[in-house]
Amino acid sequence: MEFLQPQTWVEALQLKAAYPHAVPIQGGTDVMVELNFDRYRPEYLLDLTRVGELAEWAPGNGRIWLGAGVTYTRVQGELGGWLPGLAMASRTVGSPQIRNRGTVGGNLGAASPAGDAHPPLLAAYAQVEVESVRGTRLIPADEFYTGVKRNALEPDELIKAVLVTPPTGPQQFCKIGTRNAMVIAVAAFSLALHPDRQAVGTGIGSAGPTPRRALAAEEFLAQALTAGGLWESRGDLPESTTRRFADLVTKAAAPIDDVRGSARYRVHALSVMARRALSWAWREFQRT
Amino acid sequence: MRITCTINGQQQQADDVWEGESLLYVLRERLGFPGSKNACEQGECGSCTVYLDGVLACACLVAAGQAQGRDVRTIEGLAPGGELSAVQRAFLEAGAVQCGFCTPGLLVAAHDLIERQPEPSDAEIREALAGNLCRCTGYEKIMEAVRLAAARRSGAGGLPDDGTDHPHQVITRPDHPGIQRGGQQRGPAGRHT
Repeated sequence: MEFLQPQTWVEALQLKAAYPHAVPIQGGTDVMVELNFDRYRPEYLLDLTRVGELAEWAPGNGRIWLGAGVTYTRVQGELGGWLPGLAMASRTVGSPQIRNRGTVGGNLGAASPAGDAHPPLLAAYAQVEVESVRGTRLIPADEFYTGVKRNALEPDELIKAVLVTPPTGPQQFCKIGTRNAMVIAVAAFSLALHPDRQAVGTGIGSAGPTPRRALAAEEFLAQALTAGGLWESRGDLPESTTRRFADLVTKAAAPIDDVRGSARYRVHALSVMARRALSWAWREFQRT
Repeated sequence: MRITCTINGQQQQADDVWEGESLLYVLRERLGFPGSKNACEQGECGSCTVYLDGVLACACLVAAGQAQGRDVRTIEGLAPGGELSAVQRAFLEAGAVQCGFCTPGLLVAAHDLIERQPEPSDAEIREALAGNLCRCTGYEKIMEAVRLAAARRSGAGGLPDDGTDHPHQVITRPDHPGIQRGGQQRGPAGRHT
């Protein structure tokens, strides 16, 4: 095995082009587990922790540019004002030790269906900025996850950042697990209201081969809010609307039975989380 | 490959390090710092918790090469010269140690908490220690120990817990009267809830 340690982003891209099978490593919270358990032995490890620009985030042009190396601890502590959904999700990751090392970029690289960052990124219509020596691509989050632990990266590409326009309305994140800490989601759900464009964003985690949006639920709710004039009046949501929304969220899921939970339980949990997330978000919208 | 880094304030060097091994392995097997414990090797148990550049991390999840040139502080570094830090003394006195395997990691995590938040609430203590598993104590004695260490630190005017500030309080003998055989511990000096 060889340990590649680029000091700059340009050097990292050149190394990835020269060694397309190199496994990128940031906080190591996924990659090192695989190595420690001898599940694989990559020929090359590409350590990105020396690439300083990845560990930055910045607002600009109405968007947040969140470098792939920013840790969950920093997202939790610094981005709650813009991206409360992602900050809440970051808060539920592992433990302090894990959040100090784990990154949103790493979550995207691993592309686990249970990754906590995915649902809020989907709900906020985030884009993933990926780059290679050939150039840069912006991939919408809902096109980024292509299969169980698979993503849309080409072998020579690296994840540089996440670009998110902070939703103009409330954002929520819910996660079901067997305890509060150190838990991989049994199911997760995130919701963002986008009143400026009269739209709704959703993200489902741990209830399908990939994280995914509940598109029919989003469309139904946005149209119901528009038809009822509720974006303007901010009046109470009819219970039937909330129920139908939750129902459509569960229909977008494709869960399996596994060690963490049954498919049936996941569907039930999603229905409850969708209802609660919407109630919380709507109450917040009414207050603001 | 060769790894050079600072451990507990001293420059250390390890040779013939395999590129895929963890900082924990380097510490324990190559450099003679066995205080950090190897249990789960997947970041679940926190027994290998160390400071990496002042930030709490599981050493089992840090690739050895990632520690190159970095500053590492292990449990051994909490007791320079063998003099226990306040958090270690509190663990002894509160009976927060049973089999002891999780203790180094809990101590580093508790130390980090008290440095960041000198007067932690119970909820903050629980959260700070959420990544450290103990299968013996049931955590109550650990909670008491952290409360005790925090209360003493506040009482000492909030001086950093580097094990050297209050030599008159230092307990270096494991047979200190606060610790008795058979699990009969003296109660904590103060409980702050």
